[in-house]
This record gives sequence, C-alpha cells and structure tokens, in this order.
Amino acid sequence: MSVRAETTGQLARARPRAGGTGSLAERQNGLAYALLAPALLVVVLVAFVPLFQTIAQSFTNARLASARPVTNVGLKNYTDLLTDGGFLHSIIVTVEFTILTVVFEFLLGLMIAMVVNSNFRGRGPMRAAMLVPWAIPTVVSAQMWKWMYHDIYGVINDLLVNRFHILSSNIAWVADPATSIPAIAAVDIWKTTPFVALLLLAGLQVIPSDIYEAADVDGASKVQQFMRLTLPLLRPAILVTLIFRTLDSLRVFDVFYVMFGNRQDTQTMAIYAQQNIVAFSDLGYGGAISVAIFLVIGIFVITYVTFLKVETT
Amino acid sequence: MDLEQRADRRGFSRRAFVLGALSATTASVLAACAQPSSQPATSAPAAAQPTPAATKPAAAASPAAAASPAASPAAAPAASPAASAVAKPAASPAVAAASPAASPSAVAGGAPAFTINNPPPVASADQAKQFASQQVSYYGDSVGLGHDIDTALSNRFTQDTGIKINLVPKPASATDTFAQYQRFFQGQSPDLDVLMIDVIWPGSLAPNLVDLNPKLGDAAKQHYPNIIDNNTINGALVGMPWFGDFGMLFYRKDLLQKYNIAAPPKTWDELEQQATTITNGEKGANANFAGFVFQGNAYEGLTCNALEWLASTGGGTFMDESGQVTINNPQAAAILNKVRGWIGTIAPRGVTGYQEDESLNAFNGGNAAFLRSWPYVWGVVTKPDSVINGKVDVAPLPASQGQPVGTVGGWQLGVSKYSKSQDAAIEFVRYLTSPDVQAYRAVVGAYVPTIQSVASRADVLQIEPFLQNLQNVQRVVRPSKQTGDRYNEASTAIFQGVNQVLNGQDAAQVLPGVQQRLQRLAG
Amino acid sequence: MTRQQSYVLQRSLFYLLLAVIFIYIIFPFYWALRSSITPASELFVTPVSYFPAHPTLAHYQQVFGDGNFLAALRNSAIVAATVTILSLLIGVLGSYALGRFRFPGRVPIMYLILSMTMFPQIAVLGSLFALVSQFGLYNTLPALIITYLIFTLPFTIWVLTSFFQAMPRDLEEAAYVDGATAFQTLYKVMLPLIAPGLVTTGLLAFIGAWNEFLFALSFTQTPDRQTVPIAIFNFTTTTGGGFEIPWGPIMAATIVVTIPLIVLTLIFQRRILAGLTAGAVKG
Repeated sequence: MSVRAETTGQLARARPRAGGTGSLAERQNGLAYALLAPALLVVVLVAFVPLFQTIAQSFTNARLASARPVTNVGLKNYTDLLTDGGFLHSIIVTVEFTILTVVFEFLLGLMIAMVVNSNFRGRGPMRAAMLVPWAIPTVVSAQMWKWMYHDIYGVINDLLVNRFHILSSNIAWVADPATSIPAIAAVDIWKTTPFVALLLLAGLQVIPSDIYEAADVDGASKVQQFMRLTLPLLRPAILVTLIFRTLDSLRVFDVFYVMFGNRQDTQTMAIYAQQNIVAFSDLGYGGAISVAIFLVIGIFVITYVTFLKVETT
Repeated sequence: MDLEQRADRRGFSRRAFVLGALSATTASVLAACAQPSSQPATSAPAAAQPTPAATKPAAAASPAAAASPAASPAAAPAASPAASAVAKPAASPAVAAASPAASPSAVAGGAPAFTINNPPPVASADQAKQFASQQVSYYGDSVGLGHDIDTALSNRFTQDTGIKINLVPKPASATDTFAQYQRFFQGQSPDLDVLMIDVIWPGSLAPNLVDLNPKLGDAAKQHYPNIIDNNTINGALVGMPWFGDFGMLFYRKDLLQKYNIAAPPKTWDELEQQATTITNGEKGANANFAGFVFQGNAYEGLTCNALEWLASTGGGTFMDESGQVTINNPQAAAILNKVRGWIGTIAPRGVTGYQEDESLNAFNGGNAAFLRSWPYVWGVVTKPDSVINGKVDVAPLPASQGQPVGTVGGWQLGVSKYSKSQDAAIEFVRYLTSPDVQAYRAVVGAYVPTIQSVASRADVLQIEPFLQNLQNVQRVVRPSKQTGDRYNEASTAIFQGVNQVLNGQDAAQVLPGVQQRLQRLAG
Repeated sequence: MTRQQSYVLQRSLFYLLLAVIFIYIIFPFYWALRSSITPASELFVTPVSYFPAHPTLAHYQQVFGDGNFLAALRNSAIVAATVTILSLLIGVLGSYALGRFRFPGRVPIMYLILSMTMFPQIAVLGSLFALVSQFGLYNTLPALIITYLIFTLPFTIWVLTSFFQAMPRDLEEAAYVDGATAFQTLYKVMLPLIAPGLVTTGLLAFIGAWNEFLFALSFTQTPDRQTVPIAIFNFTTTTGGGFEIPWGPIMAATIVVTIPLIVLTLIFQRRILAGLTAGAVKG
C-alpha cells in the first residue's frame, strides 16, 4: 500500500491540473458516458417528455379537459405574453423578491456556516438550530408565519407593540402592500437560509485547516485570510449555491400562494403560471408562461457563470 | 490515506447504515402498531335507537301531522324499506303547500335522533339492487367529519343494495380537487364515478358529466329551485344538491345588549353604526378589537362576499342571466367604496388578507363583534370551550334594498360520463341526496339541507337553529353558469378588482377594467 | 479605546448578532411547540400567551392515534430514503464523470441537467401525471420516487461535481499507478474525501423529498399512500364543509416530524466533522 500521503503543499495542488495524458483521456471518454448513462436516462424519462410537451403546448390553444379541438396558433401565446401587463409585473415582483432573499440568505448562510465550521462558542446551538426551518414542511411553516403576522392575534405584533413597545399599533404585515414583500421575504429567508448554510458549510469543510495555520504564521489577519483564502476556495460552492438558490427563488410558489393567494400586486411568475394552467385550464398560454420563466432563469444562470468565472472545464 | 482514516470512515458508514435502518424500522413498527382510527369521537348528539316500527315517514310532511304533534312515532326517521316508496313523492307536494313559518315539527322531544353510525336505510333499495354487480368509486368529502359520515353512508348503501362503494376522500383544497378532476377527465378515466362538485363547477365540468334529469329529475324537484337551476347546464342536470351553504351574519348578542342595541343590523349603514359604537366602547379594554370581519383576501371567498354586497344594494350580480356584464354600475361602486372606507376603522387593516379561517379565529377569540361567514361557524362558536360560547346569534346579512341575500356555497354530487357503472352511481346519488339522508347529515354533521322540508324539521332546527331566522334569505348564485368553463377567469377578474378597491383604490376607477375583462370572457 | 477593549466590543457585537439570528431561526419552532400543547380554544385568543394556561397533550394523542398519519410517516420515510439513495448513486456516478473527466459534450450535459429544474413545477405536472398514469403508477409510492428525482438529481450532480473538481489529482494518479480501476478509485479514494458533499446533498435531498407537497398531492389518492405534508392537513375536524383547519394537531404533527430529522442531522454532522478534521491534520 503505497498511496502517497498528502503533502503540506496542499494549496498548490488544490486546483486540478488541466488535461491528462492523451490516450488515457480518450479511453476514459467511453467510461464517462457510461457513468453518466443513469443520470441521462432519468433526465430523458422524467424531465424531457414533460418539458417538450409543455413547449409544444405553448404553440397551441390547448385547454385542460376540454372537448374543443386543439389547433396550432404559432407564436400567438408568446406575443400575447409580451403585452400581458400581469405577467410582466410578475417578473418584476419575482426578480425583486429573488434579489432581496438571495442576498440576505447568502450573507446569513455564510455567517452561520463559518460559525459552525469554527471553534466559536456559539457553534453547538447554531448547529442544532440550523436545520430547523428547512425541516418544517413549507405548507405548514407558511401558514404558521401568516398566523404569526396576523394583525389581531399575531405574535409578531404582540411582541413589537405590547412587549417591546417598538411600534404603537398593530401592522397588517401581509395585507398592507407596503410591508407585504419584506414580510414574505423574511419568511423565505428564514426557510431557506439552512439550505445555503449547509452547502457552504460542506464547501468550508473540505478546505484544509493547515493553510490557515500557514497564513497565521505569515502574519495575515483574519479578514485577509477570509478574502484571500476562504472565498476563492469556496467559489465553486458559492456558485452552485447561488445558482440553485436563485433558481428556486425565481420559481417560488408555495409561500406566496399561502400568504397572498392570487392577489394581483404580489403575483410571482410561478403563481401566474399556476393561475393560467390550473384555474383557467389554459394549457397553451400556461405553457408559454413556463417557457418564459425558463428563459428568465436562464438569463440569471448565464450571468452567474460568466461573472463568477469558475472553471467548468 | 492511511489505515486509521479508512477504518474511521468504514465505521462511520456502518454506523450511519445502522442508524438509518433503526429509524426506518422504528417508523414502520409505529405505523404497524397503530390501528387506523375506525370511529373517531364525534359531536353527534347522544342516540336513542330509531324505532323499528314500520310507520309511514310521509306522515311527517303531510299536513295531518302538522296538526297532531302527538304523532311523534310517525315521524321516526328510520323508515322501513316497506314504507319507503311512499316517502319521496309524499314529501314534495306537502312541502310546497306548507308555509315555512308553520314548520310541521312533528318530532317533539323524545323522538329518536340520528347517530353517525346509523344512517337511514336506502329508500330505493329495490330499484338499486339490480345493479349489485357494479362498483362505484366515490370521490367524497375530505378527511374529517365529512369523510366519517360518507363512510357510514357508503356502508349502509352496500348493506342494503349490494353495490360496493370505493370511497376516496377528496383533497382538502377545492382548487386541488378541481385540478384533480380535470386530470381525470383529460384522460377519460373510468376511476371516477360519483364526485363532489363545488357549486361553481357545473358550468366548467358539464361536458364530462352525465345528465341526471331522466332518472333523478323528479327527486330534483324537492330541492331549492335556485340550486337546481345553477346545476342545469344546457338543459342537462349535472349535479344533485348535496348540501347548501349560504352567507350569514354572526354577531355577539352580549355586546349588542351591552351597548343597548335592540336588534342586529338590517342595512349596511346600521351595521356600520353598530360596529362603530361597539368598537369605540371595546377598544379601550382590547386594543385589538375589530367591529366587522369578513373574507377579503384575493380568492373565491371574496367573490362571494362581493356578490352579497352588490346584490343587497341594487348593484346587480356581476352578470345577468343572459351573460350580460353588469358589474360596472353606480350602486356597485358605491357599496364597494363604502366597504373600502371600513378598512382600518370598523374592519381591521388585515382583513384584505383574511380567508375563512382567519376571520373565524378573530371572531372566536372574542375580538370581533360581527362576522360574515358560512354556517359551519355555528358548530365552532358553540363548542363548550369556545370563549364566546352562548354569546353568539345569527342574522341574515344586511340589505339596503329588497330581501336579504346570501351567496350560495355548498357542494353537489355528479356522475362522470366516463364511468363504467353509471346506473349504480346514479342510484347511489339518489340515496345520498334523499331527504332522509339530508336530515341525517344535518343532525350529525350540521350540514345545511337543500330541501325545504328537511330544513324545517325540529331535529334539524335543534342543531341549526339559525335556519329558522334565515328562512327569508334569498340565495344568490355566482355567474358560473353563464361563464361555463371560463368561470375561474371571471371570478379572478372580480376578486382581484374588489381586492384592489379594498386595499385603497377607487371603485369607480377599477370597475370599468373589471367590466372589460369580464366582457372579453363572455364573448 | 484600547485594542483589548475594541476586541471585546467586536466579540460582544458578534455574539449579539449570532443571538439575534438564533432567535430568528428558532422562534417559529418554539411557537409550533407552544401551539401543539395549547388547547384549540386558546390558540387564537388575545392577549397572546407564550405558554398556554392549560397545556394539553390532546393534540399529540390525536396525532399518534391517527392511523393515517402514522402510515404517512412510513410512506414519507420510504420515499425520502429511496429518493436519497437513488440520487446519491446516480449522482455520484454522473458527477464523477463530469468532475474528473474531460470529454466532448461535458458542459452542455451539465446545463441539460440543470434545465430540469428551470421549469416551474406546475408546468410539468400535467405531463408527469399523464406519464404516471400511463405506466400504471398512479397512487403508488414509486410514482413519487421517480418524479422526485426531477428536483433532487440536478443539485446533487452539480454540488458533487464541484466537489470532485476541487479534489487534488495526485491521489487519483497514485491510485492508478497502484493499479486501481476507476470504480475502485472512486469508492476508496474519492468518496471519503467528498463525504461532506455526500452528507449535505443526501440530507437536502431527503428533506426536500420529505416536504414535497404538489406531486404528492397529485399522484396519490388514498390515505394509505399519502405522505406527511398531505396527511398533516387531513386531521379530523369536528365540523364539516372543509373550512376548519385543525391547528392543534397540525402543530403537534409538525413537532413530531421535525425533531427526529434534527436529531439525525446532528449525529451525522458531528461524525463528518470529526472524521474530517482528523484527516486533514494528519500530514
């Protein structure tokens, strides 16, 4: 058994060397495809068929459970979308919400991950608490928060008005348009920070601690270590976390549906899609909305990958 | 990596596996040990066995019985099958004759009461037995009291006719149920025979439902004409009424008394005055007190509330019978702006986010004087541990013009066109919508009957005394029939518009837009 | 202010911030706990009580006496565990290829996999329902297991790929030199190194599958096949009509469901942290 032990020059080797020997790499192409086969099978089976059906439907006037014959209407659904004030407004609401929540979730999640990964005294309780919001089913926690926000018997108003005397009278957090989005953002941040924290924690855990020791020896401050060592090494984890968090945020549905229903000024793209597909049974238009959501998300993904310039090779 | 680390990891994975297996085993053991709850505790009144005497149940409805309250055994709900044939037809002409006020309460105290486990026998059993080979899948009430009642009824039906019922509780949310039905119909699935239909769905589901007129047309005549008309699309009766909710005003009679208010409000202005008086008085002690709560969130419930506001003040009913859009008129704008003015004064600011649950909780916690909601509230506020038990009474909703109105809620029963056992399914629907079963469900479940004679029975009135006060309430229906399968879009246009007004916009500005949206659908 | 003082001030502020975050995270859980022991009639009264005047275990009794809920626990456990194992298996294989091999089509495939989660759930629901019915899987647990892969697989693969990419080459090369096959390399050398990634994605997949609502609602019908999020809203109410929401039992069920998850996580996480710090220190 002669596996070489890891050397202290770990940092230098942290990035994989580009390329491999020629013939080895070629031989491995076949192996790579074989390894990917199960994943691709699932993608084709479970995802492709529904996705293509949705896209195909978006070019028709199909309605759910209707006897009317389905005809092709070309790009009509898409041109209607472009002039649909409701949909355009929902894009704004969703993007606003996404930026607000992803930024805060990221900051909070990073802080929590670093605390849990370190020797701080607050580490134990934080580790226990970290998963709680993610573990409670969304349908339950959204209702619970709505109840906590209630303007008559809600506990948040009770705390702010009666116990801490920060406010003078109850606020209708959910109903008042001025506080609606911040209120729901607080719920979503609460719910999904654990997701971010867990992923970043996993990324932190594979950073070997001896590089920090070496940096201490070299006299670098904690802040410098964070900016020069931690962040770059964490970049892949950050990229993945941001992509998936943004993706989920742009598709947000459950929490908005529970708190606001189909209220016009707070409809997100997914709520708008659901309204058309389920309530209005309009599969054609709903399909077009879904494709539009896909494109909006695609723009974000491309932006991330470009700006974070992580080697995907 | 050295030996020690590898051993560490192996140990870890072993422990992880053991842990996982243990948890899975524990969960399965727990699940296996627990017996599925067969008969949950119900709030049904204590039961005396219904008398087995083969007395004519028709006597209860006949004018003769009205005159002789002593004929209580005659009104025994448990009709024996022999007398069953008389029951149905006898009920209807008597009902038409008897005036609502002179309710023939032949069931005096000491009459046998229904219990949940003892539903009435199947009156039409002989007719149904010929289909005993068929099996019926019934998409019934969601898990809870409704489901337990369905179970009892299904068992009784199978017992009396031999037709097997496969009972499936529908999802808790109406929207989810609708979506599920659509998926079934899209695939023309035979897995669905009898289904519960919301009162606003006949228009959109009609193409997939069987016309019940040939077989159940006569039975349908017993039910309220408004509802039957709502369920008749293009001449086909696609749903038999199952139970009929309608909007009503719950109020704190103790607070009215405290502030020397003689009677519940008859007009909306009176409501505003009374609510203001009470709120001003109570706010000192209870800063959270609200005068009037209702359902103001942007959802179907708001359409129901708005219909009541408009129909009670001459603002029309969104659309008229022929599909002409009438929502944009001055009375409608006036009442909507009036309600908008209440937000923050007699109604809490958060009311534009309330659905049934939130409004009820505010009222039931003692924090509101008036609540507009559905009949189910009665069962909740009269529970012994409710803080307002004994302090609540019910009145029709205020009306500034004409008779008081209430939006029709409730559900119907339909039969799927793709069902392979339509005959058996129709017989099952006949049983479920029969007067006896309606009375049974009213007594054990506080469901509101859709048959006038049942609504006047003493045992029903004992459970639902408010039915007496609300007999002159005119039931108004939402425009689901005129809009057909575009009803949801119409309702969305309405409730989104009204919600905007409640949140601060001027109705005169919003209503034209709603009118436009509705007109595009009707066309 | 001396350096010592500013350090203490910084530290205190930091701990204060941590405390606020901790309370933000935990308070709703405490609220659920408090509500689960509050009798139904006291749940919504004002003034708000932070601990019930008459605590009761009635809601827990209802939860444990409800055969449907216990069956739902079992179903959720089966579905979530199977989905997690499948995701990890398929994910590890796929991300090993994507992370360590260079081959044509690599980047497009990664984006292809990502595109699975770029559509809103509601859009694919109708077609998935048709698919599920066609294969005769309606109202079965496999229907859920297969469809849940649509959202667990993409992030599992992406996360694990980034872990694989970050691994140093020399261990792998040394293993090859020693004659290990690709699979042996993967299993004995790489997997232990990316253990945090495995645990994290496994955990997230498990909880994601556990809490999923829309597909579970649409693909199952009878109470014996339903999962926890559906069953949680199906507790017996004492009034008909479908308007009443049984908050007490729902809160009790939430606590029942959440606590084991947290306990399990704590145990797993501690193991991983211990194993890893040990490994990194040894030179």
